[in-house]
Amino acid sequence: MSRLFLAFACFFGVLFGKKLPSGALALLPATTPPAPTVPAPARPAPAPVKDARPEPARDDRPRVSTAQHHRDGALALLALLQREGRLIDFLQEPLDGFSDADIGAAARDVHRGCRKVLEQHLSLEPVMPGAEEARVAVPKGFDPAEIRLIGEARGEPPFRGTLRHHGWRVVDARLPALADGVDRAVIAPAEVEL
Amino acid sequence: MTTLGIDLGTTNSALAAADEAMPAHAVPIAQVIGPGEVAERPTLPSFLLLPGELEVPAAQLQLPWSGPMRYAVGEFARERGAELPHRLVASAKSWLCNPAIDRTAQVLPFRGAQRELERDMADGERVSPVNASARYLAHLRAAWDDAHPDEPASEQDVLVTVPASFDPVARELTAVAAREAGFDRVTLLEEPQAAFYAYLAARGDAWRRELAPGDVVLVCDIGGGTTDFSLIEIADDAGNLVVERIAVGDHILLGGDNMDLALAALVGRDLGRPLDALQQRALVHTCRRAKELLLGGAAPDVLPIAILGRGSRLIGGTLKAEVRRAQAEALLIDGFFPEVEAGARAAQRRAGGLRELGLPYAHDPAVTRHLAEFVARFGRMPSHVLFNGGVMKGPALAARVVGQLRAWAGRDVRVLAGADPDLAVALGAAHYGQVRRGHGIRIRGGTARAYYVGIESAMPAIPGFAPPIKALCVAPQGLEEGSTVELPDDELGLVVGEPQVFRFFAAAARPDGAGPVTGEAGALVDADADGMVELDPVEKLVAADADHAAGQLVPIRLEAHVTEVGTLELWCVARDGRGRWKLEYSVRERA
Repeated sequence: MSRLFLAFACFFGVLFGKKLPSGALALLPATTPPAPTVPAPARPAPAPVKDARPEPARDDRPRVSTAQHHRDGALALLALLQREGRLIDFLQEPLDGFSDADIGAAARDVHRGCRKVLEQHLSLEPVMPGAEEARVAVPKGFDPAEIRLIGEARGEPPFRGTLRHHGWRVVDARLPALADGVDRAVIAPAEVEL
Repeated sequence: MTTLGIDLGTTNSALAAADEAMPAHAVPIAQVIGPGEVAERPTLPSFLLLPGELEVPAAQLQLPWSGPMRYAVGEFARERGAELPHRLVASAKSWLCNPAIDRTAQVLPFRGAQRELERDMADGERVSPVNASARYLAHLRAAWDDAHPDEPASEQDVLVTVPASFDPVARELTAVAAREAGFDRVTLLEEPQAAFYAYLAARGDAWRRELAPGDVVLVCDIGGGTTDFSLIEIADDAGNLVVERIAVGDHILLGGDNMDLALAALVGRDLGRPLDALQQRALVHTCRRAKELLLGGAAPDVLPIAILGRGSRLIGGTLKAEVRRAQAEALLIDGFFPEVEAGARAAQRRAGGLRELGLPYAHDPAVTRHLAEFVARFGRMPSHVLFNGGVMKGPALAARVVGQLRAWAGRDVRVLAGADPDLAVALGAAHYGQVRRGHGIRIRGGTARAYYVGIESAMPAIPGFAPPIKALCVAPQGLEEGSTVELPDDELGLVVGEPQVFRFFAAAARPDGAGPVTGEAGALVDADADGMVELDPVEKLVAADADHAAGQLVPIRLEAHVTEVGTLELWCVARDGRGRWKLEYSVRERA
């Protein structure tokens, strides 16, 4: 009998936008979101990023340091973006004095080339699926490294909010394996036509 | 047991695998993509770069399974090779079937007639068309072995595809290249058949509802540099559907690259400034993409084209132009695929005059005229068409081809939906490897043509007249792998100790029965009959031994054998049983 009453109270509460009776909240499963929401991120732990480098066991030469590897990897990605999309040239060129149309014409090609690099070497997906500017729920137990809260969070999750940016996650990185003995600092060699 | 399918293409090669557990699937190929960078790509560009140490250091070309390398194949070879054209081998496959050169001689990178004179002065490594092909295949093998150390490719059945139009010499050389690359269990498969197997694999049993006895399928394969047509017939054999390859067209050196160059020439005029070699190349790249966009679905009316500045000043040096869709359609569809009558014939290059030694590019750019000629020559109208090759991804071009076929046939012609045109041939080859083990339907084909050796007629010598040549059929069309044909005893003889050279001919049977082909081994026909094509000669030097004295005439009969690999062998068998000699294909330059 009390449950029937509670159900009616909830029904009208929801219908007229009032607060739900406290008894109802206790009966509802804790994680049931009160508003249209998105499922928790499909992958609670970031997928391990594949390292395309050869296994260390296959190489008995002295290994360069991890820091050196990180630096080489970053420089190799820049070299790829420069080679395919002329990204470094684009960023290094002062834009003053060029019309938007000139910049736009070049940007299309830079965009196409850099995008090709992303498509070939990375698989990207939004961290939080769903339309931006829509109301979403931040579930209990969310990872603050995946979802950045903007503004003050009151109480305990779930939180409700507006999705401003869906974020990006690299699902799979197929970065080139790098040969030793190549100076990665040269991200674009000088070109001399003979 | 895994079977590997290899599409050894003119501009791109692909690898696929199949086993009992996993149907045919494409295998990505690790390759050098930048200086010292190795990554997987869906295909392996068929380019071989042979740089000097000052051009590309060996350390930049090493692979995960190799030390520093003096050459590269694949994406980086193609891209860096554009800047070093004198070090780049391209279109090795077209050279493999070009009888104008010795295909086992080190002639690539090809430097043209003028540069041939400087051959001895020019430094740098050169390779033969066979060796270049072997290096592409060896790369595929090494990439596979690196990723699958428990299933070495040399122990798997490997299907390597060749154009249906490849003659016995080009097939033999492809098999040689595969052995040189370290594949021990190789079988050759024709590309259009592989494309059809890919269709069968993709459709499962549904193909039995799409095709019925009496249907004729045109396999229309237009790649970057080549065009090939084949006809496949569906027939009824005691209640079972059987598939038979009934006609094979010529290998036409005409393809998507020609279209890209045409569009680049059109756009280049509007850029208002002469381009350097690399900008020209960037323009062709851009035009390839523009072609795909403008001939694709939902094409924009106008497409902006920009060629970025060459130096580090990118925006300041950018050249701009635009292509209108109507312009592109007029140039590409009406230029390369004009509407023609069923009786149209491709224009032939006029004989005579001096021509630079090189690849025998098609003279007539109209694909539809080549197609009309093919369909008319074999006298069978296709009821269905299966498209293959990257160019036919453009719906506008496919629609034009279908429209033409419908107009010529006066009835509906349906399009069969196949696999991804870039990978279909490799996928179909891997699938066929499984089919061969007894599951699924097999295309009946055998040799694509009938083969003949020239026999000089015995007649009194007349000054000024060469004795007429008769062609003796040694291998009828449709001879299946593993079968042997023994010719009836003829008055043939080999002279011991003297090189024997036989002229060698081929002709394709026409379904309407016209033409020189009678289909019988041992038949004698005129060597200059219409439809008879002369190939490289076959030859043999039989050395004197205990049984045979120099100068002795040994009576022989001929035997033709199609090997399990798919190559054709001709044998001379001594009639007294004391000797058997295999005739070798002569790949020397023809005068």
